[in-house]
Amino acid sequence: MKDRLTSNTKIIGLILAVFVLVVMPPFYTSYWVTLLTQMLIFAILAMSLDLLLGYTGLSSFGHAGFFGVAGYTVAILSTRYKMGFLFCIISGVSLSVLISMIFGFLVAHATGVYFLIITLALGMVLWGLAFRWVTMTGGDNGISGIVRPDIGLPIALKDPLTFYYCVFVFFLIAMILMAVLVRSPFGHSLKGVRESESRMRVLGYHSWLHKYLAYVVSAAFAGFAGVFWAYFNGFISPFDMDLNASIEIVLMVILGGPGTLIGPALGAGIIVFLKNFISAYTQRWLLILGTIYILTILYAPQGLINLLKDWLKGRQNKACGRKVSDEQTEP
Amino acid sequence: MGDFLLVQTLNGLSFAALLFLLSSGLSLIYGVMKIVNIAHGSFFMVGTYVGLSVILRTNNFFLGALAGGLAVGVLGFVMERGFLRRFPLQALPQMMITLGFALVFRDLSLLIWGGDPYILPCPEYLKGSVKILHVVFPIYRIFIFCVATVVAVALWLFNEKTLVGAKLRAAVDDHEMAGGVGLNVPMISGCMFGLGAFLAGFGGVMGGPIFGVYPGLDFELLSLGFVVVIVGGRGSLLGSAVGSILVGLVDNFGKALIPELSYFTLFAPMALVVALKPTGLFGKE
Repeated sequence: MKDRLTSNTKIIGLILAVFVLVVMPPFYTSYWVTLLTQMLIFAILAMSLDLLLGYTGLSSFGHAGFFGVAGYTVAILSTRYKMGFLFCIISGVSLSVLISMIFGFLVAHATGVYFLIITLALGMVLWGLAFRWVTMTGGDNGISGIVRPDIGLPIALKDPLTFYYCVFVFFLIAMILMAVLVRSPFGHSLKGVRESESRMRVLGYHSWLHKYLAYVVSAAFAGFAGVFWAYFNGFISPFDMDLNASIEIVLMVILGGPGTLIGPALGAGIIVFLKNFISAYTQRWLLILGTIYILTILYAPQGLINLLKDWLKGRQNKACGRKVSDEQTEP
Repeated sequence: MGDFLLVQTLNGLSFAALLFLLSSGLSLIYGVMKIVNIAHGSFFMVGTYVGLSVILRTNNFFLGALAGGLAVGVLGFVMERGFLRRFPLQALPQMMITLGFALVFRDLSLLIWGGDPYILPCPEYLKGSVKILHVVFPIYRIFIFCVATVVAVALWLFNEKTLVGAKLRAAVDDHEMAGGVGLNVPMISGCMFGLGAFLAGFGGVMGGPIFGVYPGLDFELLSLGFVVVIVGGRGSLLGSAVGSILVGLVDNFGKALIPELSYFTLFAPMALVVALKPTGLFGKE
């Protein structure tokens, strides 16, 4: 009974997602198509952070740094050297990975709050580079004029709709890769590190290496998202990788539900939507965002997706003729 | 060359003085409550803005500094008592709440004081400069350094020689035991948070005549503050002092010598310390 209900919900969710993301886009206005593209890019980013935050239990506050590094790589290579899509995507992701491999040596031994402080400072170092290394990055002005890539297919990506489907395909690839990763033995040992690092060490796992690899992999996916952000936006600036940006990703994960992949993707969608929607009406987006943070922590600290799960469980128990309270009072 | 070194060293030291006022609070708050206070840079910024308004009305610089410090001190106390203590020792929720406040403070100060940068008026008798060897150096920068030194000594005396300081140290070392022997640990925590905020706001006004105040100052200083805490070690007053001087000097020389990579130069001391002594120079594990 229980399994059938949850799998029913999953199927309904899947059908809904396919409908909204695959079938309907040709009928949306171009505003909605662009918004949806943006949501997907940030969904990749939020899921990549969740590999660290939700699965490994390490809260990184410099994640936008890797996003930005890849974005800048694409911007510089494509505007100054006219490099093609494949070359840009590979170099963008590789550079993020390279930097995360260096940073990884500094952060992988740390846990909890200390991990957070170091990643925050390292993220700011990357931001500082983007901000002050004017000859390379254009400083405050950023780099504009990034042209959408020619991927060798007979379709033009200048059109928002085709670009959307292109991003959607890469979103699917990223999501499947991450889903495979978290269900693999490696993914399970990451969860082990999250639950109890000392116990994992006693069991013979190399916990440092696990954390190091998790950090690098999550940076790789963040870079992946950054590549598409640069192409999507046509413009990149230090603001895409400052502390605010890093923080927004953390909120996407926490709001959606850490420790799942769907949750952060949903959280990313909500935050991107709110940001666009609210910014259209008022200048006070930060004030509202700050309030959302506080309210999320006070009322939904486990994330929306887990709230939904609890709610479904509650309904299910009622359907089975049991009350939730019975279950809770059981010893 | 000698002159250049001297000027940059003096500049670096006056910046270090500000960093100390900022990071000592950050480090103590972390030491007592294990809270990473993202709103600490905001305390610095809001304190400076409040100080600015008070100075413009009363024309009294020190009243402004006091008002700036007190305003954010009260703010910090309320934040701790009202919100943070609902999540004792849960790092992520606490930090997210301070983060929420940081954003709210940033937007509210933009709303109240606008987006223009301001330089605070320097008191008349601290204007002018002195000649050290061959170098002409503004008195005010030396004054800031003296203020930070006085604050450092006062904090040290307070921490080591007074009863309240002893209670505080007890709470840092083991707060369950401290509570067990009858200390009011929540109250101590609240006051500690308030004191840290006060120092940040006070420091902001002190630095105002040189560095000014503008939107975005909050996160810029916050990250510098974190670098100080990483280098100096968490929860250590001496660590804050030494870390501030190191970071102040490195940042200043970096800006002067290779302006393009100025922020990046901070990476070197941080990486070195983290690699060699992960707890920071004076941190205890």
